[in-house]
Amino acid sequence: MTKGQAISLQKNDGGSLTAVRMGLGWQAAPRRGLFGSRTREIDLDASAVLFADKQPVDVVFFRHLVSDDGSVRHTGDNLVGGVGQGGDDEAILVDLARVPVHIDQIVFTVNSFTGQTFQEVQNAFCRLVDETNGQELARYTLAGGGQYTAQIMAKVHRTGQGWTMTALGNPANGRTFQDLMPAILPVL
Amino acid sequence: MTAELVRGQNHPLSQARLEIRISAGTPIVAVAALGDENGRIHGEEWVAHPGAPAQPGLEVPRQAAADHRLAVDLDAVPEAVHRVSVLLALPVGGTGPVRFGAAAAPFVAVTGLDGGEVASYTITGLEAESAVVALELYRRQGAWKVRAVGQGYAGGLAELLADQQLSQAHRLAGSINDAVSQGLARSVQAPPPRTADGDRSRQAAAPALGPDQGGTAPQPGPVPPVSPYGGQTPGGPGQPAPQQPPYPGSAPDPDAVTQPSAPTAGGPVDYSHPRRQNAAPPPPPPTSPPAAPGQPAQPVAGDATGWSMEERLYNQVWGMFEDLARTTAAYRSAVDFAESRMDKELEQVLSDPRSRIGGQGDAAREAARARHAQLVAQAREALDRDLAQLAAEADVVEPALPPAYARWDNPAWHAYRVPMEIPMALRLGDLHLPEADRIRIPMLVRLPLERGLWIDSGPAGSSDGSFTDSHAMSRLAMETAVAHAARLLAVYPAGEFTVHVIDPAGSGAQPLAPLVQTGVLAAPPALGAAGVADVLGRLTQRVDLVQMAVRGGAADSLPPGFDTSQQLLIVNDFPHGFDDRAVNQLRYLADEGPAFGVHLMMVADREQSSGYGPLLDPLWRSLLRLTPVADDHLADPWVGHAWTYEPSLVPPGSQVLQQVLSQVATARTKFT
Repeated sequence: MTKGQAISLQKNDGGSLTAVRMGLGWQAAPRRGLFGSRTREIDLDASAVLFADKQPVDVVFFRHLVSDDGSVRHTGDNLVGGVGQGGDDEAILVDLARVPVHIDQIVFTVNSFTGQTFQEVQNAFCRLVDETNGQELARYTLAGGGQYTAQIMAKVHRTGQGWTMTALGNPANGRTFQDLMPAILPVL
Repeated sequence: MTAELVRGQNHPLSQARLEIRISAGTPIVAVAALGDENGRIHGEEWVAHPGAPAQPGLEVPRQAAADHRLAVDLDAVPEAVHRVSVLLALPVGGTGPVRFGAAAAPFVAVTGLDGGEVASYTITGLEAESAVVALELYRRQGAWKVRAVGQGYAGGLAELLADQQLSQAHRLAGSINDAVSQGLARSVQAPPPRTADGDRSRQAAAPALGPDQGGTAPQPGPVPPVSPYGGQTPGGPGQPAPQQPPYPGSAPDPDAVTQPSAPTAGGPVDYSHPRRQNAAPPPPPPTSPPAAPGQPAQPVAGDATGWSMEERLYNQVWGMFEDLARTTAAYRSAVDFAESRMDKELEQVLSDPRSRIGGQGDAAREAARARHAQLVAQAREALDRDLAQLAAEADVVEPALPPAYARWDNPAWHAYRVPMEIPMALRLGDLHLPEADRIRIPMLVRLPLERGLWIDSGPAGSSDGSFTDSHAMSRLAMETAVAHAARLLAVYPAGEFTVHVIDPAGSGAQPLAPLVQTGVLAAPPALGAAGVADVLGRLTQRVDLVQMAVRGGAADSLPPGFDTSQQLLIVNDFPHGFDDRAVNQLRYLADEGPAFGVHLMMVADREQSSGYGPLLDPLWRSLLRLTPVADDHLADPWVGHAWTYEPSLVPPGSQVLQQVLSQVATARTKFT
């Protein structure tokens, strides 16, 4: 799918989808010489911001791994990245059926905590996966993507009885999701 | 470009909005204070501390943590301010070190908002100090600079603040300590870490692993629901400490301080994996019958991970506790949102001149109310769905509980046999929330006890007015204490738990009768000042002995016939019958006892010992406060709701306590 395209998460048979996962993967920085500890490690962070009527009410990120209501869970902070072969190094699981009724939008973001731009990161991607069947709903290649340190990736929002996902892919700059708030508000 | 400062060195600051990052190896308190051109702090409103975390231009964390981020906006501080000092202090009354000399050297860095480090300073050379001025930012000829100070104070925050000429220094230091330890005394201990997949998706539609999940890289290790290490960041001291979540819902990790530090005094090292005691694979967990499509699975008891049924039930109870906390949080946040939205809309109607014409205003008001009612109804529906599931689970779990986890009216207690092994945990009562009155979560604490207990015989906090009589209250408190003590005696194997009682005025004789008559006490309750001195003297000596033996690495050098059982001391009517020496011994037992198997159970009204002033505050804080009547004073570790606690009491007229205790007494005679 392309930027701005919306996908309904309503199943064809009428049953609505219940769980999505945001995955983020990147390749760890190569070891530099003898002193492995001096490797410039790359720490990308995935966050999900929960909105009710355009007001942020809860955030799931590496300091707050579970939303207060328990519907959105971060599997844990990865500070260095993985082997770069397409596996998720950080993931956020959203149990859509358990999201509190007043939450109407969830925005997913990626930030470079250590400050490297996406140009400097190897094999970085983020994606949104339908957890019930493993189907990829959206995927962005971040690596080589320009002088940005963050991306507003996608949002899921309530429509009628179910949820709809809109791919955004807006580049931005910032260290944590707080820095991205000005960039998120226009897409709500 | 980072400047690594040494003590006394300064460095210019080019930005006004700064972050100050602090990393220490142990939880510390961070405070920021404003001073005038003479360095004087004008008043309490010039100090940002955990009790008042935001002041103009300053923001500090609300709790003690090993890593902090402070926000400073030098453009926003009052004109009269010429100096911003960053102060660090070790929390008082915690389990951590009491002097900086015993902790890793704190590291402080000043960074810009982009994360770029401007200057950093490692505070070395501290010894007996428990508070330190780390940095100061100061105005010099219109420009701001930072200076590494590193001035320590052995007298703690109070002395430090007094040195900055703050008149109410002691009072402020006291309120800072109170704010830091506030979470401590009222927090339920955190559950053991759960595995990443322990999210208890017990719905029938539990998402099966998608086909592409097989290819994912190994996920980071187990993720506890709350970090038991409080504010520590995953990155450790070298990593910049990320900010605490800025919204109020974030649980103020009280566990940073409540988590018992591993016995610091050495002690025999247990190399066995704490969660893998049996080499044999555990029996398979019970499976629930397949659920009808679209229906939640039928709950079964023991539907959680664990190596034994006991551990599975323990984890299941903690899972129910967490699920109830979270589902209620979802409901409450939705209702709050609906209300604030309605208020906003009603206000708009009021301020809109058009609404005064005809019935437009009424219609708009009606619409706002309808939107509110609809959202609340939806939230209620979601809550009811979850509560029904949890209630069904509680209905199957409660009867399956072993005695240590069960209520006194559970048939498990009628089939009681003296156990051969210590259980994982003990039920001290029930917890419930107002939204879900019929779901009672067993409140389980791990054994051996990590904190002493305080049965509060003070006036009841909940205002149903039925127990205002202090005499009835102290009697009820003693009955509660006896029920807890009997439970402890019963779940330990014969002879491995000993109970002592101090009842100086003999006022607890009647409630104590079941313990006295069955002969399960070590000795009859100690009466009078002489009795108090005798019991305290013996227990103090015991802690000394064990401490010396363990610290000296000679645990086998204890005198022959030394009683190695866990000891519980019930103290009624404190401070009646206590002189200063006895009070000091009691404080010593409270501090040192738990690590060496000696626990306190205070049955007391804190008001009656108010004559001792703040001297006893650390004692009360170190105990887990329980009430003899229902009272909402306990917080959960996830979202911090106030849970109503009710003690586990023997039903009126039941003989179960006497039956159980006589079995304990019989087993004990055989044992000795």
